[in-house]
Amino acid sequence: MKPAPFEYRDPRTVDEVIDVLAEHGEDSKILAGGQSLVPLLNFRLAQPAMLVDINRVEELSFLRCSAGVLTIGATCRQATLEQSIFAQARWPLLGEAVDLVAHSQIRNRGTVGGSAAHADPAAELPVALSCLDARFNIRSASGTRTVGADEFFSTHLTTVIEPDELLVSIEVDPPPAGAGYAFCEYSRRHGDFALGGAAVQLADGEVRIALLGASDTPLRATEAEQALAGQQIDAETAAEAGELAVREVEPTGDIHGSGEYRRRLTATMVKRALLLAADRDGREAA
Amino acid sequence: MSRKVTLEINGERYEREVEERLLLSDFIRHEAGLTGTHVGCEHGVCGACTVQLDGEPVRSCLLLAVQAEGHQLRTVEDLNAGMGEELHPLQQAFHESHGLQCGFCTPGFLMSIEPMLNTAADLDEGEIRAAISGNLCRCTGYQNIVSAIQLAATRMQDGS
Repeated sequence: MKPAPFEYRDPRTVDEVIDVLAEHGEDSKILAGGQSLVPLLNFRLAQPAMLVDINRVEELSFLRCSAGVLTIGATCRQATLEQSIFAQARWPLLGEAVDLVAHSQIRNRGTVGGSAAHADPAAELPVALSCLDARFNIRSASGTRTVGADEFFSTHLTTVIEPDELLVSIEVDPPPAGAGYAFCEYSRRHGDFALGGAAVQLADGEVRIALLGASDTPLRATEAEQALAGQQIDAETAAEAGELAVREVEPTGDIHGSGEYRRRLTATMVKRALLLAADRDGREAA
Repeated sequence: MSRKVTLEINGERYEREVEERLLLSDFIRHEAGLTGTHVGCEHGVCGACTVQLDGEPVRSCLLLAVQAEGHQLRTVEDLNAGMGEELHPLQQAFHESHGLQCGFCTPGFLMSIEPMLNTAADLDEGEIRAAISGNLCRCTGYQNIVSAIQLAATRMQDGS
């Protein structure tokens, strides 16, 4: 239950991080909040030769809203997002999602960028970011590229970030004023990983549904989104959309619930999220 | 693979040469000798090792000791600092309400709850239970821990 030995670097600027990654990217892991990586190190499930700690890179710890766009620096703590009055007011879906992330002690240290880069399909923030069509700014020695949420998550615990690249920030456009939103999930105990869940945004007839834990990445239920576009959302259409959303998915079963149970649960979470979002649609955020 | 670090814990400075892979929880216990911080699961689930980093509760088993340099750490030993034999109001409330049995999880609970005590009197039971959800106790069934927090919060509010 102790990490295997590693070389440790704690650069102070993004440029220094990029330099280290250019040389050692293949053998290194980036340490952000460490709330997922350090358990893996302690179990020795991860044994990187080098750890590149980005917590002392001050230029990455910001959370700002500029020209209406929310930009989340790579090491912005989950608690910072949770406690941000402007983010909660303007991006309430993100606020609802971050409240469901683990426990306060974890959120005090865990980062939004780290959760995105860790890409656990059962984590809340990647699902919310997927629902919000977030953009991911990724930097390497050869420059910066921006990747949409639809491309960013490749598979289980894997993103398109290359070994020599660093996720520097995440951008989220403002939802239309008064957009309906909801993040619903079910877990056995408060703060546990959810067995199923869904994020929904409704605005101007456009429906967005992102599923938690239903696939190897956060999954947009495009078929259900299209079927519901412009439709009145009530108990019946929401239930139909839930069925449609899980038609093609096959969640992996484990000791906490079979695949079929999780599929049924996900359909129910979609229905609940749609109804809650419809109820909130058109209301200004409090 | 090792470096010299100076950590500030409870206002005291500890300068040590440590391996970079040393967990903060192990620095606190084995280097600083502050064994009030307990180590349970060592992967961030049980909350026994919770300490305060710059005033905020964090898992000390999920931090490296080298990461804590330049930050202010506070452990359970500091709760009743300057109070002699007297307990901190939260510790006193745990004692009176039977908020512990074996006591292994208690330091983690105390360090998690202490920063929110000033506002805890306004919290209902559900909110208190959510606030302690990151700490596991296998003895009490939590009921008396909730009672202890309510008692301490009421006393803090009354200023008694």
